[in-house]
Amino acid sequence: MEPKLPTGAEKLIQCLEREGVEYIFGYSGGAAMPIFDALVDSEIELILVRHEQGAAHMADGYARATGKPGVVLVTSGPGATNTVTGLLTAHMDSVPMIVLTGQTITSMLGKDGFQEADVTGITYAVVKHSYLVKKASDIPRVTREAFYIATSGRPGPVLIDLPKDVTQGPCDAAFVDEVHLPGYTVPSHGDPAAIRRAAELLQNARRPVLYVGHGAVISGAGKSVIRLAEKLRAPIVNTLLGKGAADETHPLHLGMLGMHGTAYANKAVDHCDLIMAIGARWDDRITGKLDEFCLDAVKIHIDIDPAEFGKMVTPDVAIAGDARLVLEEMIPLVTSGDTRDWLDQCEAWRQRYPLRYAKQGGLRAQHVLDRLHAVSRGDAIITTDVGQHQMWAAQFCLSTTNRHWISSGGAGTMGFGFPAAIGAQLGCPDKKVWAVVGDGGFQMTQAELATASIHKLRTKCLIVNNNYLGMVRQWQELFFDNRLSGVDLVGNPDFVKLAEAYGVKAWRIRRPADVDRVLAAAHAYDEGPCVVVAEVVKEDNVYPMIPSGAPISRMIIEKPKEPLEKPTGST
Amino acid sequence: MSSPTAIETPSRRRVLARATAPAPAVAATGLHTISLLVRDAPGVLVRVAMVFSRRGYNIESLVVSASAESGFSRMTVTCSGDGAILEQMIRQLAKLIDVVHALDHTTSDRFETEIALIKIRCAGALRREALEVAEHFNAKVVDYAPESVILRVYGSSEKLDAMVSLFAPEQIVDLVRSGKIVMARALEMT
Repeated sequence: MEPKLPTGAEKLIQCLEREGVEYIFGYSGGAAMPIFDALVDSEIELILVRHEQGAAHMADGYARATGKPGVVLVTSGPGATNTVTGLLTAHMDSVPMIVLTGQTITSMLGKDGFQEADVTGITYAVVKHSYLVKKASDIPRVTREAFYIATSGRPGPVLIDLPKDVTQGPCDAAFVDEVHLPGYTVPSHGDPAAIRRAAELLQNARRPVLYVGHGAVISGAGKSVIRLAEKLRAPIVNTLLGKGAADETHPLHLGMLGMHGTAYANKAVDHCDLIMAIGARWDDRITGKLDEFCLDAVKIHIDIDPAEFGKMVTPDVAIAGDARLVLEEMIPLVTSGDTRDWLDQCEAWRQRYPLRYAKQGGLRAQHVLDRLHAVSRGDAIITTDVGQHQMWAAQFCLSTTNRHWISSGGAGTMGFGFPAAIGAQLGCPDKKVWAVVGDGGFQMTQAELATASIHKLRTKCLIVNNNYLGMVRQWQELFFDNRLSGVDLVGNPDFVKLAEAYGVKAWRIRRPADVDRVLAAAHAYDEGPCVVVAEVVKEDNVYPMIPSGAPISRMIIEKPKEPLEKPTGST
Repeated sequence: MSSPTAIETPSRRRVLARATAPAPAVAATGLHTISLLVRDAPGVLVRVAMVFSRRGYNIESLVVSASAESGFSRMTVTCSGDGAILEQMIRQLAKLIDVVHALDHTTSDRFETEIALIKIRCAGALRREALEVAEHFNAKVVDYAPESVILRVYGSSEKLDAMVSLFAPEQIVDLVRSGKIVMARALEMT
């Protein structure tokens, strides 16, 4: 008797095991049942979420914290469409992710069968690549290719749509190790001539700035950035997503640049004579008004994705390659630069425009986040949601370690922070993981309290509650004559009781005097997830601020006394 | 919106260590011809079309056909849009996993041709006129009906445009054009 062939689903799970998958973040349903069945006999642990968006963000957080691809498994139709926001988030921020979606049987494709959706069609714009598998024998090849594509070059999400007859039927194909993708090349070392030219220009510069993005995090280029900066005596700035690549507490580091970056980082960028992007893409949150961005500066662009060259900024030198490998080849070519005056100037800006917040007038989010940084001693993994709390966390929680700062940058996805923290915690079980979220975003994925509770994860969630969509309220105050519209979150639940309903330990902070005590208790709490609700002042603004579409020179450092023009930038 | 043209400030000149930078090449807005070699994979046409639509390009013609190697197809795209982003858009096309290469043939040394079928209403005296035009453009009559003819013509897209323009719109019953195809001359890659 011949040995029984595995089903497509069993083969798929075996392929995932060969790829080293530890966890699958998923939600079951009809079309995915063969795959969930195959999971029963697997070493891979299923993390059952409460909404598919949560699964995608958990896989995303897992991937950003570990560098390994996160895996999502959902059913067809609405199960699949609920991952679209998670796909966009991962795609915009170059996060390796595999999303497996169940699909109706192949003979029913395109016939509006129950829970059928054209998932590859819906997701083309938010994936690095995708597959609709029509034959079980393709499963090993497609799985291998998907992992290779998701994790190599500029990482990104790859979707595999799996009709139920394909996963249920027999699969006679062998495992695949080699990929053959003639249309896919991954730059690595960079063109030596371009690197030499860049080194020459860096040497000529008297006011250079190293501008560090997520690409430096992904390639692990942080130490090389520091070495280059120290050799050149050049200041470093980083993007929101570049936080942690190069130690933000280093004396040459000026912190985050951009719309809500530090005044000194933005002043340095505005006055530099050379700016070198290291795995960053000149996002509109960074450049402000593009026509006036760094007109006086020579631009060097290091990126693993050549399609970024010339998209926003036309670089004088473009180097296609891995940030770390390129920097390692560049460092021996430079010698100490003549930048003493420039560093003095940057230091003067740092002294003159420090990050500040009011110590009086109630509990301030900035105070809570400043103390969170102190209590966690910069050693925790911090994830954030999107909004004011995100910017304050970015300003006050300086990142010293790679992959310890996880935030939705490009997509700006509310609801990201808490599930991302769950994923990061599973990937890094020995780490303290804090999700910093607002009351608005938290409620978009709060059902994942159940997921954290069931798995007794030690994930900590700080809810910065101002009962407003604070960032939009800030814009309405500054640019729309304070005509508040759609920002008042009246009807918020009691978040402490909500957490307790899920069996999750919770504290509330109302007074500044309680901040340190509660944060320390929560940081030390080891028995499971916990929630800290900080009831902060309702109306507070994030400064500095560069209105969208304005040049960096129009940065607002403190609350303006005059009314402001409406911003002309996109959002 | 494309990136701003670099202005040569004294500071930039000093760092660049040369008197003037070369003037940035800005391609004119107009018709562009792009040739792609793609994997013969499901969805590749959608992925390619999405790059054009997302960057505000209008596809004027699109020819998908077999290539010399099995498993791969050739796409020839004639499109119009902002010339300043053409180069960057080609890089976005090349970035697609299923695209082996994408090349701009707007100004390269290439041979290009197109074929058209034109159905002309031409009973009676009009027929002689139609046949004269056909002869002048080296077109062949491929269907000869009592009240109409179908003319097949090939050549450059401009030649086809010229021939079509010689007929009154009400005389043209139907017009089908293949879209332009191009091939690089000598041993250059298309």
